[in-house]
Amino acid sequence: MNDIKRILIGFWSNLVTLWLIFAHLWRHKDTVNYPEEMPYLPPRYRGRIILTRDPDGDERCVACNLCAAVCPVGCISLQKAERPEDGRWYPEWFRINFSRCIYCGFCEEACPTAAIQLTPDFELAEYDRQNMVYEKEHLLISGTGKYHDYNFYRVAGMSIAGKPKGAAESEAQPIDVKSLLP
Amino acid sequence: MSAIAAWFTPEVIAVLIGMVKAVVILLVVIIASAWMIWVERRLLGLWQDRWGPNRVWWLGIGQVVADMVKIFMKEDWIPKFVDKPVFILAPAIAMVMTLLAFAVIPIAPGWRIIDLNVGVLFFLAVLSLSAYAVMLGGWASNSKYALFGGVRAAAQMLSYEVFMGLAMMGVVIQAGSFSFDTIVEAQTGLWYVVPQFLGFILFLLATIAATHRAPFDIPEAEQELTAGFHTEYSGMKFGMFFVAEYISITLMSALVVTLFFGGWHGPLLPPVVWFCLKTGLFMCFFILLRAALARPRYDQFMESGWKVMLPLALLNVLVTGGIVVALAAH
Ligand code: SF4
Ligand code: SF4
Repeated sequence: MNDIKRILIGFWSNLVTLWLIFAHLWRHKDTVNYPEEMPYLPPRYRGRIILTRDPDGDERCVACNLCAAVCPVGCISLQKAERPEDGRWYPEWFRINFSRCIYCGFCEEACPTAAIQLTPDFELAEYDRQNMVYEKEHLLISGTGKYHDYNFYRVAGMSIAGKPKGAAESEAQPIDVKSLLP
Repeated sequence: MSAIAAWFTPEVIAVLIGMVKAVVILLVVIIASAWMIWVERRLLGLWQDRWGPNRVWWLGIGQVVADMVKIFMKEDWIPKFVDKPVFILAPAIAMVMTLLAFAVIPIAPGWRIIDLNVGVLFFLAVLSLSAYAVMLGGWASNSKYALFGGVRAAAQMLSYEVFMGLAMMGVVIQAGSFSFDTIVEAQTGLWYVVPQFLGFILFLLATIAATHRAPFDIPEAEQELTAGFHTEYSGMKFGMFFVAEYISITLMSALVVTLFFGGWHGPLLPPVVWFCLKTGLFMCFFILLRAALARPRYDQFMESGWKVMLPLALLNVLVTGGIVVALAAH
């Protein structure tokens, strides 16, 4: 008797399973028809990398090499140069090999100037591997990216032409150590 | 001219028409079964909350062509340790035997290849032979997973074939004939699924086992045996096993429809359409089973086959026979 009950219950539970799976026919689908229908990617999605400019339109990157140093696969390389007119540092060239990049976002974390940023563009596909190597002219955009107001030289103590020591935002005037003598 | 015309005696014409029908049925069955690969992938996708392959042509129906081109390009490799003749023969047996069984299935009035008066027995015989393909393939592969698959196939065959035949006997007793045509004719008023409901359930379970499909895909259980009996197969030999499995789904669906769902009977639409519609529904049901149910252990399957299904099938035959005899006595 118990066995018959077990068989009937098993049968019933399998029928319920069949119905539940069948009902998935009109459930919301978790996948999207990609090229026609773009998935929503949040602004902080880690995709193609860009170099941004500060609100004044100058390049943010100060060629500190922190991003190249932190990159786990070593796919960033750049060369420092100095602007003769105001002494600002900038990368003479800046190269990212996207065929090696793993989009970890460490470079963005490391960057002190918010220059290098990852964007929600993931459609990087080329027939020629060499085309995956992006140069500075491909990376540099004309806007500020995700951080609109940040301007490194205005908050940092680094002195450049037109902004001496102590002129940065909330920076105290430099102390003349010699005047502190008792 | 008249000399040529003299060749076409009514018998020759009948043979020619029969051949044309056979070829048409063969092509339709193979193409429908091949397209079922796509149907299965789409339906499984939908039941798993995704879309499935919908890129190639309209709704993705060209996916099968792409898959076929791919599998034809693949290297057809025969491992050195296999028993070569049997290894090559096995997929051919699988394919030929499942196709052969279609010869007795009536698709519409007058649309069948042969109307054997022992159709049901012929079908059972051919089905047993097709089970050999799986066993031989597993045995000839000479590797442990394939061997396990073959052994399980043998064990499974022993358990389902018995109650499958007995489950069909209820219908045979009611129709009073082994011929599929007579069985379909006998269902004009009432489909046998109603009086033979128990037989239908038993037969359906047996057909799932006979097709080696989930949940009774015990001989090929991917999670336990990599791919079971066809582990060592590659290229088109694997493809033949694969297509044979789909053909046998088509065959079993056609059979369930013929025995229990009135074959071509149905209102309004032409008989062929009714037959294809019902068969298609059952093919989708096979896919639903795969999407939904978990696989039993093979000892559980055998246990239920011998201890539950077989007594029930015998009971069904007994009761049906008793009622038929009692009614005849009146
Ligand atoms: S995202 Fe990661 S891998 Fe890519 S460039 Fe930045 S640090 Fe390197
Ligand atoms: S992108 Fe940022 S971290 Fe990299 S060199 Fe430029 S300023 Fe430094």
